[in-house]
Amino acid sequence: MGSLATPAPIRRRRRTKLQRRQTRLAWLLLVPALAAVAFVAIYPLGKTVYQSFTNQEFLAGIEPTRWVGLDNYRDLWHDSIFRDSVWTTVKFTLITVAFEFVLGLVIALVVNSSFKGRGVMRAVMLVPWAIPTVVAAQMWKWMLDDVFGVVNDLGVRSHVLSHSRAWISDPSTSLASVCAVDIWKTTPFVALLLLAGLQVIPRDLYEAADVDGASKLRQFWKITLPLLQPAILVTLIFRTLDALRVFDVFYVFFGSRPDTQTMAIYDQSTIVGDGHVGYGAAVSVAIFLIISLFVVIYVTFMRVNEER
Amino acid sequence: MTSAADAARATAARPAARRRAARRSPWRRVLTKLPFWLLIALIFVYALFPFYWALRSAFTPEADLFTRPLRYFPANPTLDNFREALSTSFFQRALINSTIVAGSVTLVSLAIGSLAAYALGRFRFRGRSMVLYLMLSMTIFPQIAILGALYTMVNDFHLYDRLGALVFSYLIFTLPFTVWVLTSFMRALPGDLEEAAYVDGATPLQVFYKVLLPLIAPGLVTTGLLAFIAAWNEYLYALSFVQTPQHYTVPLAITSFVGKSGSAFQVPWGQIMAATVVVTLPLITATLVLQRRILAGLTAGAVKG
Repeated sequence: MGSLATPAPIRRRRRTKLQRRQTRLAWLLLVPALAAVAFVAIYPLGKTVYQSFTNQEFLAGIEPTRWVGLDNYRDLWHDSIFRDSVWTTVKFTLITVAFEFVLGLVIALVVNSSFKGRGVMRAVMLVPWAIPTVVAAQMWKWMLDDVFGVVNDLGVRSHVLSHSRAWISDPSTSLASVCAVDIWKTTPFVALLLLAGLQVIPRDLYEAADVDGASKLRQFWKITLPLLQPAILVTLIFRTLDALRVFDVFYVFFGSRPDTQTMAIYDQSTIVGDGHVGYGAAVSVAIFLIISLFVVIYVTFMRVNEER
Repeated sequence: MTSAADAARATAARPAARRRAARRSPWRRVLTKLPFWLLIALIFVYALFPFYWALRSAFTPEADLFTRPLRYFPANPTLDNFREALSTSFFQRALINSTIVAGSVTLVSLAIGSLAAYALGRFRFRGRSMVLYLMLSMTIFPQIAILGALYTMVNDFHLYDRLGALVFSYLIFTLPFTVWVLTSFMRALPGDLEEAAYVDGATPLQVFYKVLLPLIAPGLVTTGLLAFIAAWNEYLYALSFVQTPQHYTVPLAITSFVGKSGSAFQVPWGQIMAATVVVTLPLITATLVLQRRILAGLTAGAVKG
């Protein structure tokens, strides 16, 4: 950068002056963005934490808002509906992230080998990602319809199913049916992220391994997987965080049916449906902490890996 | 850039591959290639079948949709479902509302975000990495965590049931993302142009909108499209801050169709699928046209981060 051929002392003085002016200008340019973030994110976050220590109700006049200390959190600890919603969310997260990762990796490996129509393939993979989750959920809700759904029709015709099933309302298949939507919508995206990671791996490595007579499987374990690790970790983090705050698919499929609620749905119905702003804020803080916990786990895992 | 290198490498590797392939008999070649193509076909069908089914249902008359056995191709294709969906007043309004909301959020994010990206991508100053980390942590911020506070704020500002509430609250996910991706675009630009402009006596702001902004125009388009799609698809805040059907956005409208008789028993799936096709078609077209740039933007936001 500073490669101008000016005498040293002058350059230094000019640089510090320039630097000061640059710093001031940089912060000036950042003011609108920082103000907006402070206003729509940081202030509301602080306000949520404050609300969680009060008994605030949305409809004024029911009870005057006052400080209740840790009451909300104590109630939350014994709230079995909330506990169920956490469990549902975690199950959903584990299932979808695992499936999306394995399927996504397979698809990424397939698309990474050069063949005719690879460009078309990549375009096709972007399509499910681009459409609204609500729309994807509606499409699948219709496909999973108990009487006129295509899934039942195909299943019965091919004798995989003995009879039509009510996939969405049957408690034993309801979680699987929402997972199916999420996996369908997000796997291609996971594949694209992994594909971007695959394309950075230098080809010479594989050529050298070929010369040495290493099998394809061995090449995958010894070259592809280790070099893909950064991309894998980032993808897993993004997917996990996304899955933990899932709302849309569940809401379209079940509304706020208590046995299939996610943490986000329980929180939304507590705040907007019932108007319990204070208690809902405590739920929000709990969700925030649970998600942060996952972030911490991932980040320490990454750091441990870097040190190795 | 990488694709050119890839192509070069591929041509270099081809003779070896051809030699290897020639050694095998044609039968074995077919047999080894067959699973591969089957897999490709399977991925294609898996990704596209739900769209086909939505299209098929949108063009099938209501009466045929609810008869068994199912027909896999519309025998008497009709536009009735589209006509009815588009004549539903809240769906019409929803298309307009979503365009207004997503459009204004995108424009505000790009305006504020490009200024911030200029500072973060082209200046060195203390606190820069701190701001970058702040923006990055905001991009993974769970929206549900501040729903209650936003709900009371929206009411205090008298924005409840107004589109303004959505423009305001959507900034939380569009703005940090815009800043983060545009910064990576800004940083990728070479330094010489800027220096030349400074030597000619341009002010930093002139450098910004006369030199840098035109150069990152592709980045602006990509980032803008991604922000637009995110805002267009949002459901949680729309569901919480909007009440009257006249203010519905597209995701709300898609879940609000009621059958002709007004009964909840017969869901008008034909209309819903027609509406689905109407709202996804522009998104799919934009994505396909800009697919290369979108991929670049997404990977800048995720993989390199």
